[in-house]
Formats: sequence, structure tokens, C-alpha cells
Amino acid sequence: MNDLGWIDPVLGAARPQVMGALLRYFRNLDTAEEAFQESCLRALKNWPQNGPPRDPVAWLILVGRNAAMDQVRRQTRMTELPDEAVLSDLEDAEASLADRLDGEHYKDDILRLLFVCCHPDLPATQQIALALRIVCGLSVKQIAQAFLVGEAAMEQRITRAKARIGAAGIAFETPGAPERAERLAVVAAMIYLLFNEGYSSSNSQEVEARKPLAEEAIWLSRLLLRLFPTEPEIMGLTALMLLQRARAKARFDESGNVVLLEDQDRSLWSRPRIAEGLALIDKAMRHRQPGPYQIQAAIAALHARATRAEDTDWAQIDLLYANLERLQPSPVVTLNRAVAVSKVKGAQAALDMIEPLGERLRGYFYFHGVKGALLEKLKRPDEARKAFGQAIALANTPAEAAHIRQHLDRLSAG
Amino acid sequence: MLYAILCYNSEEAIGAWSKDYHDQTMTRLYAVNDKLAREGRLGPVARLLPTTAATTLRKGREEMVIDGPFAETKEQLLGFYVIDCASLEAAIDTAKELARANPGTGSYEIRPVAEFHPSQLPDQKKPAA
Repeated sequence: MNDLGWIDPVLGAARPQVMGALLRYFRNLDTAEEAFQESCLRALKNWPQNGPPRDPVAWLILVGRNAAMDQVRRQTRMTELPDEAVLSDLEDAEASLADRLDGEHYKDDILRLLFVCCHPDLPATQQIALALRIVCGLSVKQIAQAFLVGEAAMEQRITRAKARIGAAGIAFETPGAPERAERLAVVAAMIYLLFNEGYSSSNSQEVEARKPLAEEAIWLSRLLLRLFPTEPEIMGLTALMLLQRARAKARFDESGNVVLLEDQDRSLWSRPRIAEGLALIDKAMRHRQPGPYQIQAAIAALHARATRAEDTDWAQIDLLYANLERLQPSPVVTLNRAVAVSKVKGAQAALDMIEPLGERLRGYFYFHGVKGALLEKLKRPDEARKAFGQAIALANTPAEAAHIRQHLDRLSAG
Repeated sequence: MLYAILCYNSEEAIGAWSKDYHDQTMTRLYAVNDKLAREGRLGPVARLLPTTAATTLRKGREEMVIDGPFAETKEQLLGFYVIDCASLEAAIDTAKELARANPGTGSYEIRPVAEFHPSQLPDQKKPAA
């Protein structure tokens, strides 16, 4: 039994707030990171003997700040040095800092940290890498492994991202309400993209490697929800990810093949995650401000509520997709809606719905897969075979191709 | 006398537990449960979802529904035990056992129970442990 297993989670949980405060002091990501590292090292030395401090966050901020001050002082003459006596009296300083942190201040610190990582000058891949490194505290090696790239390449991606931010300058003023909302949407999009990086892989080994990405995305989303506890779309985003992640164990069979939603063993779904996801979507709906994340979460909730696949409320799912189409028109949404339509109104209605998408989704694996399955149901085997053939040609992974081949085998057998 | 032992900790820190650490800690905590059950002292036990899933109804002339807990605190109420204890000392000893099973930050508030109505839920309504 590891008695000190509690320390790492406390350091990890404190990280966004401590990094946010250190960034406010030093206005430089590298300095803040080094200061945080130093404070963690000291915590690992100090806490096992003395027990946890009353307020771990305040402790880490003070110790990190002092350590970096020493460092900075050696390099430059600073005019406004804090009173040594105050800083060395850790208990008092910790208490007073803790009081100040109680205000809205700390929210701005964490938010700034998130906004910095989601700087509009950065491409999405760099935003994600930076957030994982700076906010979640994953090592470069861990991030590289999750993205299935080399460590040196990931190191370079992060260094480039930091250089761009440095060149653009970090905004330290608190943004006004409209800008805040806009940037909040960017952070939410980054989190969902991160989640999909961890979720969309279609074989079980890859999923194992990428699992931390989905977990970190949920962790970041809860962090965001604590900052914006009344924001229905952030509730929706968190719910959506929890409900999708709840199915993780059921998504692959023992040999690593994809198991489709309707064939999944629902007893493998994670009940606590579903409970939390449903609670959040219930809360979000009360606000009556629907948005894309909430609608997608509501669809996932209908799947989660169905004890058996045949209990799924497809009519309601069709309605929700129709709303999503209105809010966020896209051929992929229409394609998803067609699956619900096929259950409610039959395969022909669904096929009529997706035929016009052929032009835009020509290169999309799922389009041909869905089309093939509909044609199969309508007893048009030749056309079905053709669609499945196109799907196999477009498959991104052997698992996807194998899944389509099962359809083809069934057609030949029938 | 019945005591409620209210578990407070930073839910961020609990949420950052690794799966291994979570499983080990829960095994240790369940062992304490089992011992209390054998002694005939274990009442209801509940673990709560994070406060992000909470909603508060604020009473008043105009009732208000608030997202999240009413007050933001550094440590959150994460769950509770109801335990039969011969004395305050015995209740403190039980809390210490829980603290040994789940060391680190946080606190256990020991509150004597004034009134207690046992569960009348049908069995299938109880969420799995």
C-alpha cells in the first residue's frame, strides 16, 4: 500500500489554479512552469513528514513564487520585492492568500491559463498539446504516446506553440463579457476535439493508448464547469463526454473489433458516469437555451436510458437531430439523423434523406456504410454491395473494413 | 447513539485519483464498512456525485433554483456514513479508521444524529455500490 498516493492527485488538482497564479506573477509560461515544478518537489519532500498543509493551493503558490523570485532576483534587479518576513512566515501568508483566493480572482487566473492555451493564433493541434502540458500537467512523453507521435516531434509542437504565444503577448486584462463568451466557446471546442482524439480511434490498442486524452478532456470540462456553473452548454459538453465515455468498455470485443451501439453489452456501461451525465443534462435543459452540445448530450442520454437497444426512443432522437440540423447544419448530422429516421419511418425514408448528400459525403466512410446497410434492408443487394465496396475503399482502419466485410458476407450468404 | 460522519475533501483532488489509487482506497474503505457491519454499527452510507451535478433550491419569498451548491467552498461534502457509536470517543476512533483508509487532505465532521428514519426504498431503487 502506498501511503503517499494522495499527494499526486492533490498536486494535479491544484495545478490549474497554482499555474494560473504563477503566470499572473511572472507573465511567462516557462517561468511559471519551473516555479510550479519546484513547489511540487518541495511538497513531495515536506508533506509526507508534516502532513498536508491547511490549504495546499495557497501553499504551492507561495512556495512556487518564492522559489521563482530567488531565481529571477539572481538574474535581474527587481524593484518591488515582497517583504521577506511576510513570505517566510508561511502560515500567515498562506492564510491571507487563501482569503484572497476566495474571491473571484482565482477564476480569472484559471480562465487566463485556459485562454492562453487556446490562443486564436494557435492551430487546434497546438492548443490541445499546450493544454495537456500546461493545464493537465501531462509530460511531453505521455502526450506524444497518446497522439502516437515521437517525443521530439511533440516537444517541438509545444515549443512552437509557446513561442507563438510569447510573440503575440499574453493578455492579462480580464476580457469583457462578449469576448469571454467567444473564448469560452473556443476552449469548449478544444476540449471536445481533445475528447474525440481519445475516443474516435477504432481499434482497442489505440484506444488504450489514447484513453488519457478522453479522461483529461472530461477533467478539463469539469474544471470549466466549476468556473461557469450556470452555463448550460458547458453542462451539455460535460454530460456528452461522460455519456459517451460510459460506453468505453463495451465498444470493442475481446479480439479488438468494434461493437456497434445496438450490439453492445449494456451491463458494461459505467453507471456512475451515466448518472452524472444524466444529472448534468437534466440541469442544462432547465435553462431552455439549447445548444449543439446539449442536444448531442440529450441524444446520448436517450441511448443511456434505454435498458435494451430495442427500447431506444428513436422518434425523440430523430427530433433532436432535426434541432441539431437547424442549429448546426452539416451533412454528417443529416446522415446521423437518417439512422434514427430508418428506425422510425423505415429504410426508404432514410435513403431518400441521404441521397442528396452523396456529392458532399462522397469521400466519407460512414456515408457509404450507412447507405449500404439501408440498401441491404431494402433488398437491393447489388447496389448495397457497391456501397459497401466504396466504404471498404475509404476505411480508415482495418477494424472499419472488417466491419463492412461482415455485411458483405451476409449479403453473399443471403 | 447514532452519529453522522460527513466526508469533506477537495473533489478536484478526488477526481484526479488514478484508477489504481481509487481502487486501493475503496478496498480499504470497504474493509472498514465490513468491520462496522460485523459489529452491527453500520447505518446507511452514501457517496455523492461531484458538486457540478448539484442544484440548490434557495427558499425565500421567491424560491430560487441555483446551479451547484449554495456556497462555494474549498472542500466539498462528498458523502456520509451513519454509524452507531457508544460515545464521542468511539465516533472519533471510527473517523480515524476512515482517515487511515483514505489518508491525505480533507476532514470528517462528526455530527450526532437527532432523528433518524430508516430507508423505505424498494431494493431495486438503490444504486449499486
